[in-house]
Amino acid sequence: MARRIDTLKQQIDERFGGLLESATLDLGELTLVVAPDHLIEVCTALRDEEAFRFEQLIDVCGVDYLGHGDAEWETREASGHGFSRGVNASTAGRLDFLHQDLSVSTVEAAGGRRFAAVYHLLSVSSNQRLRIRCFAPDDGLPVIPSVIDVWNSANWFEREAFDLYGIIFEGHPDLRRILTDYGFIGHPFRKDFPLSGNVEVRYDAEKQRVVYEPVSIEPRVLVPKVIRSEVRRHGEEEAEPPQDAEQA
Amino acid sequence: MPEIRNYTLNFGPQHPAAHGVLRLVLEMDGEVIERADPHIGLLHRATEKLAESKPYNQSIGYMDRLDYVSMMCNEHGYVLAIEKLLGIEAPERAQYIRVMFDEVTRILNHLLWIGAHALDIGAMTMFLYAFREREDLMDCYEAVSGTRMHATYYRPGGVYRDLPDRMPQYQASKWHSESEVKKMNENRQGSLLDFLEDFTVRFPKCVDEYETLLTDNRIWKQRTVGIGVVSPERALQLGFTGPMLRGSGVEWDLRKKQPYEVYDRMDFDIPVGVSGDSYDRYLVRIEEMRQSNRIIRQCIRWLRENPGPVIIDDHKIIPPEREEMKADMEALIHHFKLFTEGFCVPAGEAYAAIEHPKGEFGVYMVSDGANKPFRVKIRAPGFAHLAGLDEMARGHMLADVVAIIGTQDIVFGEIDR
Repeated sequence: MARRIDTLKQQIDERFGGLLESATLDLGELTLVVAPDHLIEVCTALRDEEAFRFEQLIDVCGVDYLGHGDAEWETREASGHGFSRGVNASTAGRLDFLHQDLSVSTVEAAGGRRFAAVYHLLSVSSNQRLRIRCFAPDDGLPVIPSVIDVWNSANWFEREAFDLYGIIFEGHPDLRRILTDYGFIGHPFRKDFPLSGNVEVRYDAEKQRVVYEPVSIEPRVLVPKVIRSEVRRHGEEEAEPPQDAEQA
Repeated sequence: MPEIRNYTLNFGPQHPAAHGVLRLVLEMDGEVIERADPHIGLLHRATEKLAESKPYNQSIGYMDRLDYVSMMCNEHGYVLAIEKLLGIEAPERAQYIRVMFDEVTRILNHLLWIGAHALDIGAMTMFLYAFREREDLMDCYEAVSGTRMHATYYRPGGVYRDLPDRMPQYQASKWHSESEVKKMNENRQGSLLDFLEDFTVRFPKCVDEYETLLTDNRIWKQRTVGIGVVSPERALQLGFTGPMLRGSGVEWDLRKKQPYEVYDRMDFDIPVGVSGDSYDRYLVRIEEMRQSNRIIRQCIRWLRENPGPVIIDDHKIIPPEREEMKADMEALIHHFKLFTEGFCVPAGEAYAAIEHPKGEFGVYMVSDGANKPFRVKIRAPGFAHLAGLDEMARGHMLADVVAIIGTQDIVFGEIDR
């Protein structure tokens, strides 16, 4: 298996060389990073050319890289703040309705680019998988060309990524919301969208109809996000996992 | 002749044949479908976003609730993605247990599917037959995990506990006398494996019964033959997987082609359809039940002979035994850390796919090295299938839409997530 994926990587490097930002092999999975300008060209070639023949688009997934790699709880040094370190909202996704920053924030990670669409391809004839990541150049208005003409299954997957992340797929014939409510405002899977949402719904007996109100749930954290940099995969360097968990 | 205009028909979301909360906006020309526009999301619970806010282990329970008729398979996909990132592998016995319960789940799923599908297009008895057998398999779920449906049994690194030595028993009540209960408990005297083996002996005859009712049934054939035909090329283009793809004649099964766990040691066949219509998909699923039965029997045989650990012995990921915790300081610390903070997963990304009863169920996981996933994307097979409904239903009659929804094996828990 690993050997075949190496061959695939080589073939892709040879064929697309200049068109790719990168091609990395990790955990037996090959990931290509393609700029939006070349996406359709690369995808069409991957579908049609004899060496690749990726007939199936298995999945399109939106990703928001805001806060990638940020921890809420410093583990390096001791502090006198106790558990409140974790409870204080320091990262996105911990926001409540009133304290939201409504401007679009950008990220340092991934070269300042925040939104990406990740495509998972499957070749039934050669039994291989491939992942393509395409970053949207503009965080304020993320636009990526639609691959719906290459693989028809992109239709709903792209609608979903648009709905949840606000990524606009240029050339999609029917880019409507799909999972959220009729008349929903915002893109709920963005990292700066509060987990509890913005509005709640109830039936108002006086008005005799369903009413929307600002959400009354207080955001809370049961487990803060912690990054322990000592963690490495099994089999890497040491057979035993690192002995750090007790120290904190 | 009076002029008939196109009109729009709203189907669901409260409709017994909508399999949950599907709202279909149908553009009709008389009784013929011109366009079908499924409105989904009425069961959207943002599972993926919730998973981002919790340590890895706490989301396993959410996975059960995705496709709520094939619970353990969902867990399997999720757990495999974590294992891939962590670089761990479940012990052999756990792998066999997982395969066995995946197949139990497949039968559970197909039984519900055949029951609901047949009920939708006019065969009441099937539903009752299917639920009779489902009850036994649910008891297996209960015996192994304590719950009949939402098991939370698979864990990264194995399964929660070994198979139990005894089955839960029926008890006498005002509806069932002592003697009746004794008869009902007859096959429950041994271990879970004994009970399941007894089931696998009975089950092929049950499938024969279903086939007697349906396979050559004139009405069944009228309702399914030639309905919702999908060519192999279109099935690939539309992202169909599982029985929907095999029904169209594409021989593709992840259990064979990209074997995970111990499927490469199992002896089973992949049924493949010819014409790609609803009837072929029905035949494919019926045969899959028989093949699952075969796999379960092989697993039972192996599991009887090979005792061993069912979860890896690494307390950085797996909490220590209760007993150990009482005496060992380090075990106590591990336990505390695991339940307050969870384990951190090395940064990276992984996609793990399994052959779910409905198709390819994949979990794409991005980790930034934290104790919570950075992004979890669940690739639900039904999502792609329902997206193809428009194409499959075009030109068919209104009543056939119900047959097509049935043949797609739609469950909204996984489509809306």
